[in-house]
Amino acid sequence: MTLRSLCAAATAAGLAATAPALHAQGISDDVIRIGFITDMSSVYSDLDGPAGVQAIRMAIADAGGEIAGKKIELLFADHQNKADIASARAREWFDQQRLDMLVGGTNSGTSLAMAAVAAEKKRPFIAIGAGASDLTNAQCSPYTVHYAYDTVALARGTGSAVVKDGGKSWFFLTADYAFGHALERDTANVVKQAGGEVKGQVRAPLGASDFSSFLLQAQSSGAQILGLANAGGDTINSVKAANEFGVTPAMKIAGLLVFINDVHSLGLQATQGMYLTDGWYWDQSDAARAWAAKFETAVGRKPSMVQAADYSAAAFYLNAVKATGTDDADTVMKWMKSNRIDDFFTSGGYVREDGRMVHDMYLMQVKTPAESKGPWDYYKVVATLPGEEVYTKLSESTCKLVKK
Amino acid sequence: MTTVFGIPIQALLGQLLLGLVNGSFYAVLSLGLAVIFGLLNVINFAHGALYMLGAFAAWMGYAYLGLNYWAMLLLAPLAVGAAGIVIERLLLRHLYRLDHLYGLLLTFGLTLLIEGLMRSFYGVSGQPYSAPEALRGATNLGFMVLPNYRAWVVAASVTVCLATWFVIERTRLGALLRAATENARLVESFGVNVPLMVTLTYGFGVALAGFAGVLAAPVLQISPLMGSNLIIVVFAVVVIGGMGSILGAILTGLGLGVVEGLTKVFWPEASSTVVFIVMAIVLLLRPAGLFGREK
Repeated sequence: MTLRSLCAAATAAGLAATAPALHAQGISDDVIRIGFITDMSSVYSDLDGPAGVQAIRMAIADAGGEIAGKKIELLFADHQNKADIASARAREWFDQQRLDMLVGGTNSGTSLAMAAVAAEKKRPFIAIGAGASDLTNAQCSPYTVHYAYDTVALARGTGSAVVKDGGKSWFFLTADYAFGHALERDTANVVKQAGGEVKGQVRAPLGASDFSSFLLQAQSSGAQILGLANAGGDTINSVKAANEFGVTPAMKIAGLLVFINDVHSLGLQATQGMYLTDGWYWDQSDAARAWAAKFETAVGRKPSMVQAADYSAAAFYLNAVKATGTDDADTVMKWMKSNRIDDFFTSGGYVREDGRMVHDMYLMQVKTPAESKGPWDYYKVVATLPGEEVYTKLSESTCKLVKK
Repeated sequence: MTTVFGIPIQALLGQLLLGLVNGSFYAVLSLGLAVIFGLLNVINFAHGALYMLGAFAAWMGYAYLGLNYWAMLLLAPLAVGAAGIVIERLLLRHLYRLDHLYGLLLTFGLTLLIEGLMRSFYGVSGQPYSAPEALRGATNLGFMVLPNYRAWVVAASVTVCLATWFVIERTRLGALLRAATENARLVESFGVNVPLMVTLTYGFGVALAGFAGVLAAPVLQISPLMGSNLIIVVFAVVVIGGMGSILGAILTGLGLGVVEGLTKVFWPEASSTVVFIVMAIVLLLRPAGLFGREK
């Protein structure tokens, strides 16, 4: 307790933020403890999961495993896509394990639950795999950072860029639940604003066994672009059926939530020509390639955007601890909101007052088998989407922390 | 153009045909379940997991051994059937004296085990698998473009279903099987090895699941979860057809595929529920199912 009030005093004096501490006066109980709760075994475990743990381990190793003589520890757990498990585990870690920072993996429901616990315990929470833009809007918190992407950016990125690229008329194949409806609505608005037209939509039940019927309906609409407002296995089976029934390539597919692991498991034959928005691609820069190669040696496959962001966020947090000499939550949050991120994941990314990490996104088009030089060589960058344009603008934000 | 309820008749024909394709999967899967229930009185919850294993076997045969689709169409059901025989000999056998529920619990546990193992080995995104060269491409039927592979699915399923029906209902072997379920002791006294017959029947029932798995491999993503998505619908099909009725399972499978296909056009949101609505109505009016016999 005395240590923490000392830290607060130091922060108030502006010492911690300006000069790196010469001796670590503020590492609580002499360990920097990072927690990671994600889907380790179910539908989202390929794009994050155990390989995401590996990414955070790499960040800890690259920081030397310790800061100023204090060890960095990693705890991780499987939330099984259940919000109650995620929040119970987070609570236990904060209370009993004296966790200093929590990283949230895939699944928005679990991340919203964990964000609430972290806000109550006043500890930093970095959401990575979750997409819901609520994390930095209605349910924002001074302790939440939303790092990799969100549904608004995906809808705006894909929606406006595809219309600009000539895809004027759209038909939506939507998963019939809240997430699908929101994604369809957001994208449809963007398409109309950009001068496009929505010719119709069909709402398919979540986890439908066969999508061919819905695709024939899409085909007969005569639209140029098929917007897939679904995710995971539904996306995969829709793309497969579209390919089989000759809906593509006459109609181009715009996947609104597609990860590189989905493309990998579908193969290029089925996915070629598909548009999608991603926050990071392993082949986008020398630094990205170098890191991806290290990751591949450890895990056996290329990293997804989410796994890359796991590393980047953990490293950013550790930099904050190193620079301020403390793991005090308020000090670290202040540092993270006043320093830019420059690494292989983003150059010049920054965390806003609402917790949104703003960085450039990319509109990708999947290569044809002939264009691809080998496994994981899947994307062409069609357009770079500046972070300021694709993320929710502060003027539109519903977050109570944003002063208007 | 002629329309029915605002839908062009040509589009409707297309959807009917697609319903038939999906119905073929239901038919083969529910047939396996019906055979097992009819002759063993076991509610085989592991059917979905074994269907998934059939699809994975097709993929593994290609990925590790270079065996093509046609070879695996034969080998995968044999492998799955062999796995079924092991399950029956080691585990199920001991439960025949007990209530149906024990068999259901055991096979449900097996499902969790098999799916968990496959998930930890192969992840959840699934594996890609292409249709065989000879069946790629599509045929223009005038009212729709039908991928050749889907046509093959219907033909293969219907053939296998009818052959199974014929063996069970019209041959001496089938007669013995049916007699053994009525009174095993009496049949044994004629010198028939009933336990062996039961083992082979279970093996054959799950081999049908493996066969459906191979048929589905090029159409759906091969993922450890593919079986659990389908098995509940298939159970509903068996209940509607009448538990244990062979012909009931086949006809209901095809029929419900069509009903589901039409729902996808007129009310897409309800298409995953319609099978259960039909089930509720049938159970109210005919508790033994459409083709079942009251006991």
